Amino acid sequence: MKIAVCIKRVPDMEMRFSIAADRKSLDQGGLKYEMGDFDGYALEVALQLVEKQGPGEVVVLSLGPDSVQETLRKGLAMGATRAVQLKADEVPFDGMAVAQALATELKDGGYDLILFGRMATDTASGTVGPMTAGLLDLPCVTSISQLDIASGRGTARRDLEGASETVEFPLPAVLTIDEGITRARLASLKGIMAAKKKPLDVRPAQLGPARLTVESLALPAERPAGRIIGEGADAVPELVRLLRTEAKVL
Amino acid sequence: MGSMFAFAESRGGELRKVAFEAVTAARTAADASGGGEVHALLIGAPGLAARAGELGRYGADVVIVVEHAGLERYSPEVYAASMAERLRPGGYRAAFFAASAQGRDLAPRVAASLGTSLASDVTEFEIKLDAVLARHPAYTGKVIVTLHLTGEPALLSLRPGAVTPVESPRTARIESAAPAMDPAVARVVVTAMSQGGGARLDLGEAPVIVSGGRGLRSAENFKLVEDLAAAIGNAAVGATRAVTDDGWRPATDQIGQTGRLVSPDLYIAVGISGAVQHLAGMRTARTIVAINKDKDAPIFKVADYGIVGDLFEIVPRLTEEIRKAKG
Repeated sequence: MKIAVCIKRVPDMEMRFSIAADRKSLDQGGLKYEMGDFDGYALEVALQLVEKQGPGEVVVLSLGPDSVQETLRKGLAMGATRAVQLKADEVPFDGMAVAQALATELKDGGYDLILFGRMATDTASGTVGPMTAGLLDLPCVTSISQLDIASGRGTARRDLEGASETVEFPLPAVLTIDEGITRARLASLKGIMAAKKKPLDVRPAQLGPARLTVESLALPAERPAGRIIGEGADAVPELVRLLRTEAKVL
Repeated sequence: MGSMFAFAESRGGELRKVAFEAVTAARTAADASGGGEVHALLIGAPGLAARAGELGRYGADVVIVVEHAGLERYSPEVYAASMAERLRPGGYRAAFFAASAQGRDLAPRVAASLGTSLASDVTEFEIKLDAVLARHPAYTGKVIVTLHLTGEPALLSLRPGAVTPVESPRTARIESAAPAMDPAVARVVVTAMSQGGGARLDLGEAPVIVSGGRGLRSAENFKLVEDLAAAIGNAAVGATRAVTDDGWRPATDQIGQTGRLVSPDLYIAVGISGAVQHLAGMRTARTIVAINKDKDAPIFKVADYGIVGDLFEIVPRLTEEIRKAKG
């Protein structure tokens, strides 16, 4: 089985963010970067499939400047066979622009599965996976929390609001992975050493036109400072009064 | 003047609240840009046409009804193809979807099919002459991105709850259409759907959410949260990631960056410290109440009303007072 996993380098979301002087980008000072959480789950799913159903190959791809090589090396350390960087000065916000570059790269790759995280944790849009599938005209199931692959077909579970769906599809297919399916493994020291020798190809990204661009970034309006109205159960009547008369939500 | 398109999401033959939100958004957009028409698309099993009038009540001038016996359940390829077929000839300035599980699956497929771009999980928008501006919370809600979207139609998926449905009644014209592809030849097939929890309110649709965290100490103690939700009446029960990871509640109840993103009128956080991951999912609630024993817990920084103390005393008392007040 041959599996591609598309991963993104994203800032550590525990950090405090501030906006750069251009009002369109983040102040990079002090930011740490890592592989997106959901992308890690997708890579883990791919590695487990190949381990169980081998022989096979897991290729990690990432689009962006040379700094993404660090994230690709992490994927190699976790166990991916080889890596591809689609080189671009920056990652456009427009999912279609990115999907076009990925589709161009993946089109004739002979992949049985192309995996993505459900969304990148930074842009939080969840569009690149299904758009890439659309451009490649491949079956696609998004945001899956369970997966079985057997004899060229797959069965997946998708969680909806208060319900879940069972979805069947033929391979090759594009899947986006939600959490709950698995946890990402940590790279072993041996894996980290081996990753240094694994192939990492660099090719220019054939980005599509960007029709969705960042106009500006802002920090969210601070909520009015929190107010502690009292301690213990004795404060409850006052809370109910405020909810009824001030907030008018009861 | 531009016409607007709205996808009216339904499940099991019933319209979902997000359908009215999408139609309201399209109506607002049409009225703000010279009063074009709003066309809503309804797709599913036969019988759905009976729901078209409800969309007229929220401002749809035309309801396109696509019915087929093979569409008892969601069919991503048939839905996307039918929508793209309607949008491809042009004439629509913008198309609105919900950023629901279904809308998030569908909208990017439609975008790829049309070769256009999509702004996802939008909380506010503005139709300009040559572009659409859309606000989207990113970076776990810590940064608000204003996006500039060009091309026609501009595709937007709206965060559930971000738009309040507003009536703008009219008698909608109904146009019947066949699906753009035969459901029998779809490659991706939803073979089963299981409704969790029967008739209970969905987190994305409930005006009130009562949510519990590790402070409850056990799965059994969620009864306190459920009793409070029941006393309020129109409330759903949510949970933190720690709680769903421990299996106290189903994963689908998780509110936070990696779970559901909600904007209810009232959010009551019980025994929740307020980790970044959780705040990302609920900080846009209109009113937040926090009950926690640690007065320094971050949840109190975002709570409009906080009570410090033992939730095992405070929550039953709150349930009782609300019952009395409602009584």
